[in-house]
Amino acid sequence: MTTAGQAAPADAAPDVKPTIHAQRGRQLGTFAGLLALCAILWAATPHFLTVSNLLNVLEQTALNAIVAMGMTYVIISGGIDLSVGSVLAFAGIGLALALEQGIPAPLAIAIALGMGVACGLVNGTLITLGRLPPFIATLGMMSVARGAALMLAEGRPISGFSDGFRAIATERVAGVPAPVLITIVIYAVAHFVLTRTVFGRVTYAIGGNEEAARLSGVPVRAYKTAVYGVAGLTSAAAAIVLTARLNSAQPTAGTMYELDAIAATVIGGSSLLGGEGSQTGTLIGALIMGVLRNGLNLLNVSSFLQQVVIGVVIIGAVLVDMSLKRRQR
Amino acid sequence: MTGASDPRDPPVLQMRGISKRYPGARALDNASLEVRAGEVHVVLGENGAGKSTLMKILSGAVRADSGEVLLDGHPVELGSPLRARRLGISIIYQELSLVPHLSVADNIFLGKTPTRWAGMVDSGRMRTDARRILDGLGVAIDCDAPVHGLRLAQQQMVEVARALSDDARILVMDEPTSALSQREVGELFATIERLTAKGVAVVYISHRMDEVFRIGHRVTVLRDGRDVATRRIADVTPGQLVRLMADREVADHYPRRERCHGEELLRVDRLHGGGLKDISFVLRRGEILGIAGLVGAGRTRLARALVGADPVGERRVSVRGAPVRIESPADAARAGIGFLPEDRKQQGLVLRLSVERNVSLSHLSALARLGILDRAQERGEAEGSIASLRIRTPGPDQLVLNLSGGNQQKVVLAKWLAAHASILIFDEPTRGIDVAARQEIYLLMNRLVENGAGLIMISSDLPEVLGMSDRILVMRGGRVALEVAAEDATDARILQAALGVAS
Repeated sequence: MTTAGQAAPADAAPDVKPTIHAQRGRQLGTFAGLLALCAILWAATPHFLTVSNLLNVLEQTALNAIVAMGMTYVIISGGIDLSVGSVLAFAGIGLALALEQGIPAPLAIAIALGMGVACGLVNGTLITLGRLPPFIATLGMMSVARGAALMLAEGRPISGFSDGFRAIATERVAGVPAPVLITIVIYAVAHFVLTRTVFGRVTYAIGGNEEAARLSGVPVRAYKTAVYGVAGLTSAAAAIVLTARLNSAQPTAGTMYELDAIAATVIGGSSLLGGEGSQTGTLIGALIMGVLRNGLNLLNVSSFLQQVVIGVVIIGAVLVDMSLKRRQR
Repeated sequence: MTGASDPRDPPVLQMRGISKRYPGARALDNASLEVRAGEVHVVLGENGAGKSTLMKILSGAVRADSGEVLLDGHPVELGSPLRARRLGISIIYQELSLVPHLSVADNIFLGKTPTRWAGMVDSGRMRTDARRILDGLGVAIDCDAPVHGLRLAQQQMVEVARALSDDARILVMDEPTSALSQREVGELFATIERLTAKGVAVVYISHRMDEVFRIGHRVTVLRDGRDVATRRIADVTPGQLVRLMADREVADHYPRRERCHGEELLRVDRLHGGGLKDISFVLRRGEILGIAGLVGAGRTRLARALVGADPVGERRVSVRGAPVRIESPADAARAGIGFLPEDRKQQGLVLRLSVERNVSLSHLSALARLGILDRAQERGEAEGSIASLRIRTPGPDQLVLNLSGGNQQKVVLAKWLAAHASILIFDEPTRGIDVAARQEIYLLMNRLVENGAGLIMISSDLPEVLGMSDRILVMRGGRVALEVAAEDATDARILQAALGVAS
């Protein structure tokens, strides 16, 4: 403060409850929803609350959660990324081909991550420099990346990798499957970056009011492009876990993952209008979807009805969230 | 002057004793307007004199606090835009409200499309009716052409035709020539004359004196929300009109300060392009440079060009004697130039972020190491700003959405002060801010210049410009029409320069 004069005490302000806490409140609400869902399933079936089943749920949730964490950045910035599933397949095939060529696993993993980031940066550039709506740019990339994956793999799965690489999915640390640990690490990093770094701050600001952020001197284009790069990065990370788990990379992998990721993000309280959301919310959102799928399976609900139930949950979660926000204003 | 009706007839429109208060401002104070059938009645006034509020009340978009409106001598309740239209009152705004991809005929009958049974569009009837109205206006436009392919003047004719299809008897035109070429202005005026000959009353709002004298029959001057005079155009001169618009008792409620002008902070040399023409000026440390001018004179464009918000052709700018390249707001921020836009909510603030996060937005990298924010420093700065600018908020975590207009403006200011900006560009710093908070903003501005900042203040509020500035630039048509020291400036001189009227 160059120009601050005498520091005067702030005038007695009206005692309004700062609404920034509302976000935490909503997260608690979502978490309560998750616990309620677990309680219902516990009561309904003895198979739900077992260690092996819970670990199974976490493993099933891991992929969606990883992809959804990149999606969360995009959605908070006010955008959308429909290409994450296709980029996952593309990076997975790249990884498999590299491993097949005998390239050491760490380098092959780096190549796959690079491919994911590159796809994301292309998305971002089309959106910022090309001024395409995110929906259109990433819809195009969804098709391009899928086609490229099919071409590279010549339409067939690529299978059979070294045990060392497969350890990414098969290893257990203190009984916890490695994919779950990887998800936790990615969550920790994604949460830290979103809440503690310039990049995270700017992501919220762009989603809240892009023009105000630009006029405040924020290089909006560069950050916005990078946000899509992050989505590409998490897609590639998910590809690595998936390839290791299946011991196979398939060019058709990740189909419809974009919708699951968007659903987890939105159930977790992110606003599709941008400017709001959290990684914790997204993690809970992904868990709700995972628990729901698992529970419906345990209860022998037909897969047709499962789709109906999941759709209803998505709509219900957003309706509740919106009505809570409206009451705040 | 044709078409003006017998003065003994009751006026087609009377607005009597209209008052309207907005929070923090009195827009209209017992204003009256009387318009006769078949005349072009010009409404003149400075920015903020109450013209647009009066017209909004006439169009039914805004409800007056008190006063009455009479049509043909009978009181009417306007209530809503639809009701006003049914009563024969139509308004053509500066921004046209046509649907670009629909045809001319579709646009004319939008909302009242003639139908046959089962809701089928009677396109034959629609086309012949549209043709008839356009012929009556004397314009040759293809009824089936989509509107987006038409010239602006033709689109305006379509708006006029739409008004006539409502059987408008009173047609309000708000600065209708602002985007037209000379030839198109001629076409428009021919149409207006045809309308008045048929007995339509035209209320014409314009700042262009030559047009006022070319097309008007009578003129009403508004000042500070009151009608100060109604005259026959034939009986007045442009100079007299300017005096009527400007003459006011100067209330001295602008805080004084020591004036000490230091070194040169900002030099702008022949800035050109994007509607701006050859603008040069200097801003010194410890100085408030006021920029006056009418809406559309290029003041905001100038501000946005200075901070690199819009691309401009040529721009040579020096800060503290050293040339700087400003291609984006980020460059401007690095050079120490901060912009406080007129539209705080849309451009100045991220409303759903907290006070603290808005303050830090302008200088995040200065608060971070390796991209990781020093949150203690961020918090300390925000608390410091809240204290020193007296931002009334429960705390730094409050969302700016929940603050009042004056406090929001302070947050925008805090954002730039925390970034150590020494050149601050205020665009309409007190618009929408109530009287008490205005005073605080003025005191803050004075404190800033006393501490060595240089301020550029764009304002449509003439007393504010006169009361706060050390020097004043008056803009007209993208140029600097006048540069004058505050002690030599008067209302009338500034208005004359802004309007382009010789004294």
